[in-house]
Amino acid sequence: MKPAKFDYHSPATIDEALAILERYQGEARVLAGGQSLVPMMNFRIASPAAIVDLNRIPGLADIDAVDGIVRIGAMARQRRIEAAPLLRERLPLLSDAMHWVGHLPTRTRGTIGGSIAHADPSAEIPMILQALAGEVIVRSAQRERRIAAPDLFIGPLTTALASDEILTEVRFPEMPTEACYAIEEFARRKGDFAIAAIAVMLIHDGERCTTARFATGGIGPVPVRLREVEAVLEQRGLGEAALAAASDRAAELVDPMSDHNASADFRRHLTAVLTRRAVLKAIKDRPHDRTC
Amino acid sequence: MTGPVDIRLTVNGQTREGRCEPRKLLVDFIREDLGLTGTHIGCEHGVCGACTIFYNGEAVRSCIMFAVQAYDAELVTVEGLAEGDKLHPLQQAFHEHHALQCGYCTPGMLIAALDYLKINADPTEDEIREALSAVLCRCTGYVNIVKAVKAGAEAMRQSTAGDK
Repeated sequence: MKPAKFDYHSPATIDEALAILERYQGEARVLAGGQSLVPMMNFRIASPAAIVDLNRIPGLADIDAVDGIVRIGAMARQRRIEAAPLLRERLPLLSDAMHWVGHLPTRTRGTIGGSIAHADPSAEIPMILQALAGEVIVRSAQRERRIAAPDLFIGPLTTALASDEILTEVRFPEMPTEACYAIEEFARRKGDFAIAAIAVMLIHDGERCTTARFATGGIGPVPVRLREVEAVLEQRGLGEAALAAASDRAAELVDPMSDHNASADFRRHLTAVLTRRAVLKAIKDRPHDRTC
Repeated sequence: MTGPVDIRLTVNGQTREGRCEPRKLLVDFIREDLGLTGTHIGCEHGVCGACTIFYNGEAVRSCIMFAVQAYDAELVTVEGLAEGDKLHPLQQAFHEHHALQCGYCTPGMLIAALDYLKINADPTEDEIREALSAVLCRCTGYVNIVKAVKAGAEAMRQSTAGDK
């Protein structure tokens, strides 16, 4: 199908974009990479009165690191994030995650901010935002505010952003250089929506684990960080018994969806299996420039 | 703006102009307004990849962009790959390895594969398969497409080496 009619706006500044958004009182949609919004418009699941296209606003795609915080402009393309040396060095879990996001041609357009604001339950970038305790900067015509990952995701395709707000930047604390990390995902085909995904970051010395970060995607209505699983690993280490306990705990803690792709029971089972695999993969993979 | 918008862009090295509603998809503009029907429309929601084109040098799905967004952009469609009667090495490899049956996905296959070969000029079979997962083919079972991309990549490497 084809999209319904809409007013098209291509503002040159973020202030102009915010003013237009406010004027439409919730009837306008912000267009970033369009890899989710335009399909929804083609299906007429979304028929916004207006589109506010961010693609011609300069300065919204910068990537830098200041005082241990990596800042990524909302319009940074997933393809560029995948290749950016700064991110490969400071946020390798995010770089790796891009590989799982759609396909190369969708990553050409798809943005980090768009993926987070869209909040698809199966999306990898929101899962990484949870795992690495990131936050987003959100602006309206009146104010700017920060929203931490746990407060951002409300439900499927629903975030804490108000209709007059635009997500402008994503921030992550740099990963410690000694951290090891992994993503494990189960999908029907490469590039399909994740039925279950796990992201993990660990700092360990042999079987002793000093820091664990653990988040899920695709399993429940929103990506979640499972602190109790982290606690199991931090308290009991990375031995076989601890791994089994962590996997069981992860499967208990998730709130799995049931849909045409997989039953809730299957997603719970996958949670346990992928938890174990992700931890083992993180420990086994020794990135070339890392001490882990 | 609510009414029709002017579009000006470069397609296959030529400046082209048109006028359309903002809701017009880029692929429809390419096919209907510019008359370049080599780019195909399959699923119309960014999944099948038949509509894949080069947009400022990188592959995109043209069914999930609006034509108005491509103002001033440089596009390359499947019509822009051959030089006159001389097929692009990848097209030649598709021909020689019988890498198509109905041919519907072929424009997208060619562009998606070329885009990947720019990043990785000498891919393994697994890497080719993963790159081709961006485009759906319902006839071939992919076997000959994978062979063709492998052969095309080699031909492209040799022609690059020959240029030096």
